[in-house]
Amino acid sequence: MQKKAAKLVKLFTIFFRIGLFTFGGGFAMIPLIRREFVDKQGWIDEERFIDAISVTQTVPGAVAINLSIFFGYRLLGLAGAFTAAFAVALPSFLIILGIAAFFNNFSGHPLIDNIFRGIRPAIVALILYGGYQLSKSVKWTGSLVMTTVLALMAVSLLNISPVIIIFIVLLVSFISHLLRAGRIVLDEDRQKPVKEGQDV
Amino acid sequence: MFNILFSLFISFFKIGLFGFGGGYAMISLIQNELKLHGWLSLEEFVNIIAIAEMTPGPIAINSGTYVGFKVSGLAGSIVATIAVVVPSFILVLLLAHFYDRVRGSDYIIRLLLYLRPILIALVFAAAISVARTSIIDFKSIMILLAALFLLHRTRIHPVMIIILAGVSGVFLYG
Repeated sequence: MQKKAAKLVKLFTIFFRIGLFTFGGGFAMIPLIRREFVDKQGWIDEERFIDAISVTQTVPGAVAINLSIFFGYRLLGLAGAFTAAFAVALPSFLIILGIAAFFNNFSGHPLIDNIFRGIRPAIVALILYGGYQLSKSVKWTGSLVMTTVLALMAVSLLNISPVIIIFIVLLVSFISHLLRAGRIVLDEDRQKPVKEGQDV
Repeated sequence: MFNILFSLFISFFKIGLFGFGGGYAMISLIQNELKLHGWLSLEEFVNIIAIAEMTPGPIAINSGTYVGFKVSGLAGSIVATIAVVVPSFILVLLLAHFYDRVRGSDYIIRLLLYLRPILIALVFAAAISVARTSIIDFKSIMILLAALFLLHRTRIHPVMIIILAGVSGVFLYG
């Protein structure tokens, strides 16, 4: 029991530190987690670590949060998952709370307004570049390009909610999964040599 | 008060539940909810994205905390932040629990395959909507092009690019 409590404290410290120093998105925290979990503490081996990273991406939500919940749970169960998620979110929660309070007093100040007027176009650049980099990871075919353009038009021009679009994709992929699973079963049936006198 | 907290919870729960891919792909989702409730102007939301880029932590958490505080103070920020994490929490727990059975599953690989082009579309949709309020004159076009150039051709950290853009904003618009 004592040992588990000590481990929870350790987990909290590690993820608080990761939450505090992870700038620029969840993927930036992967080397940090690897150093702590694989190299320093030896809590998980390299292969399982890489597996875990690809598998947590299949779940919606911020990468940093998902990774912390996953590793917290694998190490120390439900208590570990709570601790890790709380610890990784706490630094940014406190920082943003401070900024939100500050902004309530200072928005409308000409200097701050001009700073943000300069920053906003750079944000467009960051997002565009992020999209460009993401698109390099796809093997594009005609139908994939079509799907992307249609989805873009639906959101940008027709104001269709992204929730609806993602929901449709989930539905389509689930149906195609069912159909495919069915076909594989049929193929196997067909290939099975039928012996005489065997019950079918 | 209770009503506002409730709709904050529902909105950010939805963002967490459908926010595949995290990061930039979630911007369109967040913005959609903000527009629906009129909680924040688009300009203000872009400021939050900027702040999220300069401070540690995911955009989803950062926007939850900020929007929650703006709409309903400390209680709002706690509710929205928790709400955006809850779906991940439940789903990741399920995943971690059934990990050995789900691992390498054909279905998950196919799901990601279908989802990726859509996520890319959502990222570009976010860029377009941010551009609508940010790219307003010749000066902003110059900043955009300069930032794209720096991102593509140099290894300057994005935080540094944001700081440079802020400084040039003071000089260009001051």
